[in-house]
Parts: sequence; structure tokens; C-alpha cells
Amino acid sequence: MTTSSEDVLLQMGEVRYKKGDGTLYVMNERLAWMAEHRDTVTVSHRYADIKTQKISPEGKPKVQLQVVLHDGNTSTFHFVNRQGMPAMLADRDKVKELLQQLLPNFKRKVDKDLEDKNRVLMENPNLLQLYKDLVITKVLTSDEFWSTHAKDHALKKMGKSQEIGVSGAFLADIKPQTDGCNGLKYNLTSDVIHCIFKTYPAVKRKHMENVPNKMPESEFWTKFFQSHYFHRDRLTAGTKDIFTECGKIDDQALKAAVQKGAGDPLLDLKKFEDVPLEEGFGSVAGDRNVVNSGNIVHQNMIKRFNQHSIMVLKTCANVNFAPSTMTNGANKATGPVSQSAYTNGFNGKASSTATATATSGKSQPTDAPMESDEPNAKKQRLIEKIHYEDLGDPMTEVNDESSNGDVGQPKQFELSKVERYLNGPVQHGMYENHSEKFSLEDVQDKLVRNSESWLNRSVQRGVICPKAAVNALGELSPGGTLMRGFQEQSAGQLVPSDFQRELRHLYLSLSELLKHFWNCFPPTTEELEAKLQRMHDTLQRFKMAKLVPFENRAMHELSPLRSSLTQHMNQLLGTANSKFVTWKERKLRNNR
Amino acid sequence: MKLSIDGLLVYFPYEYIYPEQYAYMLELKRTLDAKGHCLLEMPSGTGKTATLLSLIVAYMIEHPETIRKLIYCSRTVPEIEKVIAELQNLMVYYERECVKPPAMTGLVLSSRKNLCIHPEVSKEREGKAVDGKCYGLTASYIRDKHEMDNETPICQYFEGFSLEGKESTLPVGIYSLDDLKEYGRSRNWCPYFLARYAIAHAQIVVYSYHYLLDPKIAQVVSKEMTRESCVVFDEAHNIDNVCIDSMSVKINRRTVERSTNALNQLTKLVQEIREEDTNRLNEEYQRMVQGLKDASVQRETDMIMANPVLPNDVLIEVVPGNIRNADHFLSFLRRFIEFIKTRLRVHHVVQESPAGFLKDISAKICIERKPLRFCAERLSSLLRTLEITDMTDYGALTLITHFATLVSTYTKGFTIIIEPFDDKTPTVSNPILHFSCVDSSIAMAPVFSRFQTVVITSGTLSPMDMYPKILDFDPVVMSSFTMTLARPCLLPMIVSKGNDQVTISSKFETREDTAVIRNYGQLLVEVAKTVPDGIVCFFTSYLYLESVVASWYDQGIVDTLLRYKLLFIETQDNAETSYALMNYVKACDCGRGAVLLAVARGKVSEGVDFDHHYGRAVLMFGIPYVYTQSRILKARLDYLRDQFQIRENDFLTFDAMRHAAQCVGRALRGKTDYGIMIFADKRFSRQDKRSRLPKWIQEHLVDSFCNLSTEEAVQLARRWLRRMAQPFTREDQLGISLLTLAQLENMEQEKLERQAQGKEGVGGQVQEL
Repeated sequence: MTTSSEDVLLQMGEVRYKKGDGTLYVMNERLAWMAEHRDTVTVSHRYADIKTQKISPEGKPKVQLQVVLHDGNTSTFHFVNRQGMPAMLADRDKVKELLQQLLPNFKRKVDKDLEDKNRVLMENPNLLQLYKDLVITKVLTSDEFWSTHAKDHALKKMGKSQEIGVSGAFLADIKPQTDGCNGLKYNLTSDVIHCIFKTYPAVKRKHMENVPNKMPESEFWTKFFQSHYFHRDRLTAGTKDIFTECGKIDDQALKAAVQKGAGDPLLDLKKFEDVPLEEGFGSVAGDRNVVNSGNIVHQNMIKRFNQHSIMVLKTCANVNFAPSTMTNGANKATGPVSQSAYTNGFNGKASSTATATATSGKSQPTDAPMESDEPNAKKQRLIEKIHYEDLGDPMTEVNDESSNGDVGQPKQFELSKVERYLNGPVQHGMYENHSEKFSLEDVQDKLVRNSESWLNRSVQRGVICPKAAVNALGELSPGGTLMRGFQEQSAGQLVPSDFQRELRHLYLSLSELLKHFWNCFPPTTEELEAKLQRMHDTLQRFKMAKLVPFENRAMHELSPLRSSLTQHMNQLLGTANSKFVTWKERKLRNNR
Repeated sequence: MKLSIDGLLVYFPYEYIYPEQYAYMLELKRTLDAKGHCLLEMPSGTGKTATLLSLIVAYMIEHPETIRKLIYCSRTVPEIEKVIAELQNLMVYYERECVKPPAMTGLVLSSRKNLCIHPEVSKEREGKAVDGKCYGLTASYIRDKHEMDNETPICQYFEGFSLEGKESTLPVGIYSLDDLKEYGRSRNWCPYFLARYAIAHAQIVVYSYHYLLDPKIAQVVSKEMTRESCVVFDEAHNIDNVCIDSMSVKINRRTVERSTNALNQLTKLVQEIREEDTNRLNEEYQRMVQGLKDASVQRETDMIMANPVLPNDVLIEVVPGNIRNADHFLSFLRRFIEFIKTRLRVHHVVQESPAGFLKDISAKICIERKPLRFCAERLSSLLRTLEITDMTDYGALTLITHFATLVSTYTKGFTIIIEPFDDKTPTVSNPILHFSCVDSSIAMAPVFSRFQTVVITSGTLSPMDMYPKILDFDPVVMSSFTMTLARPCLLPMIVSKGNDQVTISSKFETREDTAVIRNYGQLLVEVAKTVPDGIVCFFTSYLYLESVVASWYDQGIVDTLLRYKLLFIETQDNAETSYALMNYVKACDCGRGAVLLAVARGKVSEGVDFDHHYGRAVLMFGIPYVYTQSRILKARLDYLRDQFQIRENDFLTFDAMRHAAQCVGRALRGKTDYGIMIFADKRFSRQDKRSRLPKWIQEHLVDSFCNLSTEEAVQLARRWLRRMAQPFTREDQLGISLLTLAQLENMEQEKLERQAQGKEGVGGQVQEL
């Protein structure tokens, strides 16, 4: 059934399917066939389901196109254009090409996504459990699960797929062999083709343009092997050669890059000379190297070797971007980054503004070296250069720091009251000393005195009288009133293992959800608010769908423990809930 | 640390010190005490710059009367900036340690290209263009014009500077290029002129060789330096070439054509000016009649053209009558150019002395020597009178006048060679007139006589006895220091044959031999297999590099090489090479490893360091002899033989070996660094070559490493690399190649005791270090 939203990309009449005449529609997301004089679609394949398409070989009387589905089924379409064979072929090719373009998109998406997710789940049993607990029980939708809760895993997954580098000698690996009758045979593997495409994007583009409509694959590669890419000593003379243009594109790219300069002041030969000799001055020494050999072939070849190496290097440049800037930035970066890592450690309780600022602080230094003025980078390079590691650091650290600090350093994340941030709101009294400065002895002394008081603090303050304490101890000892349900056995022995496991899963899921719930505080932006609302709902759903049934079961089967098992979880949920309610109230009040 | 060098308190901004640094300071101190010149060789990577700076600065503080100023000359801009960075380190250390830090001002002077902050002018990339544009905004008559009507653009920074900058002095401190620019921006002053102005007062000046050696620039920039200065030429192994280059002129047909055009243009301009305003020309004429030297009315912004001859040789006289009039001068020039044109019309090589050339001039076109000497000066005066700002059209003409002045001033130490065609293309007529300086001491002499102490230093000055001869000076101290090492961190080897026992050599007869080229290739491949990270190879010339790479490609060696490492090659285009270099560095950084093929005497061999993983091995393919067929070289060799009794071969070997050492020295830039040095030529093992390598390389070049085949060399390298890969900490070095203050004092104590016992002299001890 064609919905209106779908566009028909191609409508091809006179197509036979299972001996019935009809029309083939190539649509946005699927391939459909409708019999003549009917208005229902007989055949409809989503592209995602299609594995490959096949065509009948040339010269066969029947011009057919077959699509093979993932489940092994096939559908064959027979093109029967009345205008004869060429028209049929043309029809078929049109469909084929369109499919060729469309199919890969879907294939990749569906396959990769599912497979990836599956693999991630397989590799992480915890995540799988979480998935089972949260998604299958409909606490969360699948999308939500992947986008928020398994984000890290998904990302890690991405990083894990390590790219295979390009060997510098991939062209040499082709190894031409004589086939005995005055010809050459080249061994071209898909790896090599991949390497060629990766290294020479221009060739790839040419390939896309020309194959297969202008020339077959084999001809393309034959031409490639005849081109300058393969024979570095050949000049790109013939205009007929399709690779001449590639050469030009490459040359231009190189020229542009050269124009941009070396970037590193210590490597830029152009800038070495301070005061060049006046025109016409100069003599012996320089002469000899300036002598132009006039051998354009050799010069060209040398240029191509450079170009080749640069291109190969570029293919791995995406993976490990400019290490030189890394080292440049290293010194600067460690400061802020380590600090934010530090603060992250306290995120459990901390408000999310802190996280937001911390991350922004983190991202700044990484792009700062690029933006920051050239002089700074240059200075850094110079300092690196004159640094002798064995002589020790130049004894200038103290001043260095202060001078470095104000020279265009990226703004760091600053807290006006660090202690408060690190420890959360605490009784003020305990920390008032912080503002004063003590010598080491003082501090030690204080510490000793303080720690002495720890032992007898309760006594001094008289929170509880000794008698009551002994009483309480008695009550709490096994056999006492408060310990009635308990034997000396630990919970581990009391609770059956399946309950334990289930409990563990519950904890896992709950803590995951709670983590995200608390991360929303304080909800400064609309999105955060929405997320908070959502997380709250999820928590409620979790309680209803998982916790309550578990409690019920526990009630039945483990009466002595009853609610004590889930007590803590309920507490957690309660805290979250009350927090949410407070926030809600406050928000309403504010809105009024 | 604070150490005492022969009674002088030296602040050294590091916690530790190398023994050779200490010895270097001792020698330097002796030189300064003796107020003489010295020649010091210390391996690269032993902190030469820091040593020099800390000692001289300490000396200046202690004896402010003896040494008032330090002039530090280096070759390339990055080197200069490194010096300033070291100086900044030192000063920060002083500030930290000293109760009353010394009030010293140090700054760097560089060309306008590196210092300009004018939003438009500074966008230009070429130094010449920047100079021209700057001149167009700051010349005195432009500024006069601006006063008349405000439309004429001027440079706000220069105006700012001339308004307030000249009276005030630069605050105490050390200024790098960027600091100067920043300061200039903050005060709205032109950093270039600020620096030009400030070097007269600053205690420490860092700039390029040319500011002192090139008479055209030196006269303008370095005129007012006190005699009580210490001049340091760092990286001075090529100093003789710099001297020669700054005084040699080449004139080809294009130069003549262009100068004729310029001359025509000038004639037209003079005509025009005469019609509208004869005053200006008259004024100029009057000035010359009265002998008012232009210098008196010049302002510094105008002086973009100075006399090409040394200040001592400039005639302090009135401009001769026959060229005082602008028209007369122009026709005078026209005759001279015509004469050069006829001289270029030769069919065979002509070589003659300047005296003969002058005689020929006077015989053929009746031009005397004296007016010729004033040519350069007269032209610059005329150009100024005509208010020409854009000098691009007049470059050739200026060159011709410079030539005229030079040829008429110097009769000794120069030679004139006229070649009708290039040696390689004898059929194409391409005449060139070389007016070549063959005596490097001419440009050096005023420096030696003018300044109290001149320090010539580099990592590779061996054989050292050559320099005093060719530069014609008498050093009070001449010393070569080796590198004390706790582990053998350099592995020099001479590979003389390939695996097939074919002798490898870049000797002229065998260099095109495929067997030799193949063996070179195999050596490189084997090394590439064995050595991690970066490998640098130096060829004797660019031509040879090209042909070898082509053969390697045909032999499939390049493909094999690419299996192990990426390949980068120096080209004749600087920009392209820079880009390739950058990628080479990137390839080394990302662990991919790369091979760089470069040329001895090329830009790469002179200015780029391949420290640590950027150069774990250096291969020198052949001995980098200078192109011996060059007539200019021959003339120079003749001169050296006649004047200084230096045998041809000695000089050629000296020149080749200093370049070879320079190339291989690129790989080792410190004691924690390590690198293999492979000399791939049979001839290196001969005693006359080997003994000319710097001491610090020779020391490690044992006899058993002198005649290796490829295989043996690779074996040795493999074993050595394994050893080098072991962790190496400061503790390993301490006491041997690295000293703490306590150890240093101990050593000193021992030495004193021994000396007291009369067992050993001080000098010997130092030399041994």
C-alpha cells in the first residue's frame, strides 16, 4: 500500500512478474510492483530487506532483474518493453542503477546498527541485563535506552573498530607479472583498491564517475596502471588519459597545502633567511645546488614520491591528528583537564551545572591551541627545542608559571568556594579554619588533638548515656528485639540465589536510572527539565513494573525478610521522588 | 646553579652542568680577559648557547667597563629566536636568584618582514616587498608630502615612534620578535625602527650575520656599536661563505637589459622633473658641489641603499664633477652598461683581475676609476632626489652601480670571470659576468679590528687551523671540546663496500655506476629495516640525488623502501620542501617512520635539526665536495694558495668534511639523544678525511668501524640500537657527563691540588675535557 508520503522515484511500465503484466515502482524506501488494472500492490520489498540484485547476463533473450531478500526469497521481474531489446535493456538498467544507488544506504544502516547493538550487548552482560530489565519490561523505549544509557558503550564501540592503515608500498604489492604472451598481469585485490581509493580520493571520484557506465571496471584499472600513478616516471602528457585530470587535482591540492606553509616555524625553510642577499649578489657556494638539472622527468618523479608519501600519511592523519600539536598543548592541557577529571569524581552529588562548566572547561583547552595566536605555539616550540632534559628544567618555574598563566591561557573553570563544591553543604563550623593559614606543625598538632577528641566525642557530648548504649547494643545483638528476624547467618545465606541475582539486577537498573535522574539537577535548561520529567516517569514505571512485583514475590516466599530487602531501594526512590516533588513545587511557585 | 669560573660568579640557569660547558666557560673567560678573539668548537647539543650567554652576561655584570655589549650573530631566524629564548631563561633566573637583578636590555633585530605590524604591509610574504612598501610609507619626502596634504598614506606606527619613541628608551628586559611586536602594538610604535634604534643602547643584541658582515647592511644598521663589544658568531662553520657571498656580484644579460630599461626610465623622470621643478635637481647638484655628504641629510628611513664596500674603503670625498649633474651621471652609467654589454659578448671564458678590467674600461670608454667608485652613492642620491619609492624596477641598475663601486675599490682579493655559456649547455649562449670575492677575510677584517672580542663557534669547525688562515686573524684561544658521554650515544661507521664487496664511493668515475647506486640503495633499505623512526640521507649534490632516485626507481629499490618507511625528498623549491619536511616530522611523530633524502649544503642540512626520533640514523652518501669544475672556485683556490699557502686539496677536503660533519651532526642534538652516523664512501676511511672530522665524532670512530660492508654495519647498528633502547636516567649520567655543583667543586678541588703538586697544567686539563 503506497502511502502518500512515499515518493515514486521511478515508474517502469511493461514489467512482468510471475507472468502477470504490470508496473514496477522504485520508491523511497521500497520496491513495489502493481499488476495492471489493479490498485493494490502485489509485490513490495523494503530496501532494508533486499540483500542483492541480480541481472540476467547480456545476450540472453529474457531481460530480467532479480532481487534477493535476506530471508532467501527472490522476486524476478521481466522487462518486456515492446520497442525491442535495447529499450528493455535500457529499462532494466535504469532500475538497476537506481537500485544500486539506493540499496547501499539502507543496507548499511540497518545491518550495521543492529549488528553493532547486538555485539555491544553481547560483550557487556551488565548492559544486556539492563536492556532486559528496562527495555523488555517497557520501562524505557529502546531508542531512549541506546541514546542515554548505553551511549558510552556505543561510542566505545565506534572507537574500537581500528582502521587498517595504508602501506606505503601498496602499489608495489600489485607486482606485475608477465603472462607469457607479451602482456602484463596485475594482481589487484580489494585491499589494494581500498588503499588506492583511500590514498587518492581523486581516483576514487574518477572511478565513481566512470565505472560502470563509461567503461567497465577492468578497463578503468588498466588505464590506472598505465597512468602516472603507477609509473611515476611518466609525464602526464596525453589529454586522453582520464587520470591527467586527477594529476592536476592532486597537484592543485598539494600546491594549496604548500602555500599554506609548514606551520612549524622551525621547519619553514622560507623563513630561515633573515636578510636575503640582494638580487645578483652571492657566489660559489650556493651555486652548485641551484644548478638546474633540467631533467623534468626526474623532478616530476621526486615530486610524485613526495606526494605519494604525503597522501599515504594523510590517510592516517584522521586517526591520530597532528601529534605535534598534542605535544604543544600537552603542558597546557594537563592543568585544566586533570582538574575537571577531578571534579568529575565528585559528580555523584554535585549539581549538573558543575558538570556542564567542567566539560566546557575541558573542551576549551583542546581547541585553544588552534585558535590561540601563532606566537604562543611558536614560543612553546622554541622552549621545547632549547630544553635539555638532562640539565634539568631551567630554574625559572616559579616565574614561568605566573607569566605563562596570563599569556592567552584558556580560561579555567573557577570556583569561588572550592571546599563547598567538593564537599557539598556542610556544617560551617568544621571548615572555618580553612581560611587561615597554618604552619605544618600547627596543622599536625590540631589534627592530633582533633583525632583524640574523636574517640571520646560522644561521651563528652553526652548524646546517649552509657546505660542506654548497653541496652541498645543488647537489642541489636542477635537475639535482641531489634534483631529478631535475623539469625547469625548473613543475608547471603538467607536469601535464595535467584533472589539475590534478581536483586542485583534491580540495583543495577535502578542505579543506572537514578544516575541519570540526578544528573538532571539542577534543571537549568528546557531540555534538562524535560529529561527530568521523563526520568521521573521512568522511575515510577520502574517501581511499578519491577520493584513492586519483586516485593510481592519476596513477601510471599521470604516472609522473614519481607520489605527489608528492598528497603534501601525504596529509600532511594523516595529521595528521588521527594526531590522531584520539591522541584516541581518550587517551579510552580516560581511560575506564578 | 651559581658557579665560579676562575673567580667570576656565573649564574647558570640549570640545576646541572656538562663538564664541557664548564671547560668552555673557562676558555671563553680567558679570551675575554685577554681581549682577543677565539675559535671554539663544541658539539651540537651540549648547550653552547646557554653557556655562552651565561658566561658573557656574567662577565658584563662583573666588568661593565671591559665588555659593554654582546652582539650575538646566528644564521637562521629560528636559531636567533632560540638564542633569545635562552636569554630570557637566563634573565628569569637572575631575577629569581639575584637580590638586585641586572638591568640589561636584550633584543633581537630582524628584517621588516619579521617585525612589521602594519596591517597591510605585514601581509606581504617577500622580504623585498615588505621593505618596498614600508619605504613607500615612511620615506622622509613621503612624510613631508603628508604634511602638505593628508591624503598621502603614511604608517601610523612609524609616526608614533618618531613622535615619542626616540626620546624614550626601551624598558629593561629581553625582547623576542613577538615581544617587540607586542610592545610596538601597545605603544603604537613601529617595532622595526624601535629595534633599529634600541640596538644602540641595548646591552645584548641578537641578529643575523648579515647585519655585521654584509657591508651594505652593516653600514646602515651596525654603525654605532662600541669597541668594547663581544661579538659571537654561532654556527660559524660557513662564515667564510657568508663573507664572500655578501661581496660577490653576478651580472647576466637580463641584468643588463633591465638596467637599461631602468636607465631609460630615470632619464625620462629627470626630464620631467626638470620641466616642472628644476630646483630639486639644482639642490642636489649644489649639495654635491659643496661636498655635503648625503649622510648628513639622510634620515634612517631613507637608507635602503648603502655602499656595497666596507666602511673603511668608502671615499670621504666630494663626488667627482663629471657625475654631479644628473644627466651626466645617467649618460655615464649608460656608457658603463654598454661596456658591460660588449664584454658579455664573448665566445670563450675570460678571467681577469679587477685592475685589468679597470684598465680596459678606461681604454675603451674613457671612464676613470674615481667616478666609478662613487657610482653606488650617486645613484642612491639620485633615486632619493627623484623620490622613487618602488625599488623593484631599479634592482638591476643598483646592482650595476654596486659592481662599479666594488670593482673600482678592490683590486685585490677579487676576480672577474666572464662565462659565455653554462658548462652543461655549451650551445646556448648565456653569458654571465661573475665578479667574485675570493678572500673571505676582506669582509671579516673590519669586524676583527673593530671589536674587542670576536668568538667564532660551532659544533663543527674541524679542522680548526683552517679558519684563522682563511679569515686572517689571530685567535688567542683555539679549542675543540668533545662530548663527555655516559653511554656511546653516537655510532659513526664508515661503510666502504656493499654486500657484493663492490666498493662504494661517489667518486666522479664511479658515481653513475649502477652497482654503486644499487649498493647505496641496498644500504638504505637495510638501514630502514633496522632503524626505527626517522632516517635522513644526504647526497653530495642535488643532481646526484635526482639521478640516484631515478635509478632506484628503475631498480625497484624505492618500492622496497616504501614497504618500511615513507619517503620524502628535498626539492629545489623551498616551500615544497618545507611541506615535505612537515610531513616527514608528522610521519615520525605518528610512529610510521620515514626516510628523508636531502642534499649536503642544502637548506635542510643547514637549518633543520633532526633530534631524537626525527633522525635515528644519518647516511652520508659520498663526500660532499664542492663542484670542483667551477671557475670561481678555482680562482679562489688559486688565491688561497698564493696568499695563504693553503693547498688546493687541503681546502677542498676541509670544505667537504665540514659539510659532511654538519650533515651527520644534525642527528645528535643532546646527550639523551642517540643516532647512527653512516659515512658511505670508501674515501672516508682515509686518514686525511677521517682526521678532519670533529673530535667528538672521531673519538667514537674506532678503526674497526672504518671499513665495513653493508651487512656488517647493519649488524653493528642492530646491537647498538638494542643497547640504546635501555632506559637512560639522569643518575646514569651524573658524575660522568653531567655534574652537580658539588661534583664540579670537587673536581675543581682535585685539579687545584694536582696543580699544586705540579703534576699537570691547567691548559692540558681543559683540553682533555
